Amino acid sequence: MTEAGDELPPLSVRVTRADLVRYAGASGDFNPIHWSDRVAASAGLPGVIAHGMLTMALAGRLVTDWAGGPAAMRSYGVRFTRPVVVPDDDEGALVEISGKVTAVTETDDGERIAKVAITAAFEGKTVLGRAVAEVAVPSE
Amino acid sequence: MLDASYVGRALPPTAPYRVGREKIREFALAIGEGASVCRDVGAARAAGHPDVVAPPTFAVTFTMPAIEAFLRDPAFGWDYLRMVHGDQSITLHRPIHGGDDLVTTIHVDDLKTRGGSHMLTLRCEVADTAGEPVATTRLLLVTAAEEARA
Repeated sequence: MTEAGDELPPLSVRVTRADLVRYAGASGDFNPIHWSDRVAASAGLPGVIAHGMLTMALAGRLVTDWAGGPAAMRSYGVRFTRPVVVPDDDEGALVEISGKVTAVTETDDGERIAKVAITAAFEGKTVLGRAVAEVAVPSE
Repeated sequence: MLDASYVGRALPPTAPYRVGREKIREFALAIGEGASVCRDVGAARAAGHPDVVAPPTFAVTFTMPAIEAFLRDPAFGWDYLRMVHGDQSITLHRPIHGGDDLVTTIHVDDLKTRGGSHMLTLRCEVADTAGEPVATTRLLLVTAAEEARA
């Protein structure tokens, strides 16, 4: 049974320029800082950066993969504290995601909810702040 | 100059957005979500869902265009091109499914100007066409406040 202190299986994801193009199309976010070096530089960025919402979605997978699927998510929030810079090469940027259960509560209708604190790092530095998800977990 | 009179107001609800199965599949692929309930109607129904299940952050695909339309409206006065996404949260009152018709109402909850930046807090209330709540999203957007330096 899930308890506070449980650690989730970590997830490492490589994000390439192709992934940013695919996410732009799927999400409808075509801001050129996510695909144009020229525009990213003019915005004062070190290079093309990943969509914050893509990083959020990848980190969310850590939690829903562990909890048994995307329908288990009840709430999820993050702060975008540092950009993930994605080079124009085949390796892309490596995002390393981990998480730990900080509390387990029961709702009035008997559903067990785990609160998970998520850490997402790029080049050893945190890219999401106050990343917390609440997911339904099995009762037994 | 930003029009602060929007704070505390709700914008008119959007037209209903039909959540497409293929859009959910496309979004799941883009975020590397491999769950069969996102891709296969049969698997979703076998798991007790009415149709394919959208990943938790899927709501951005239809809330962001509505937000963008508001922020690009010169009547509000927001510098859209230099905007940064500060934070984001999503509360799902139930999962979003293929075939849902969803209406988004944007609420302008807060606007602060500090250190040469505008900080705007928006809330999107997403409901089905019967008015039942489906999701609540909140986001903080930051942009340069030129007039603060002038």
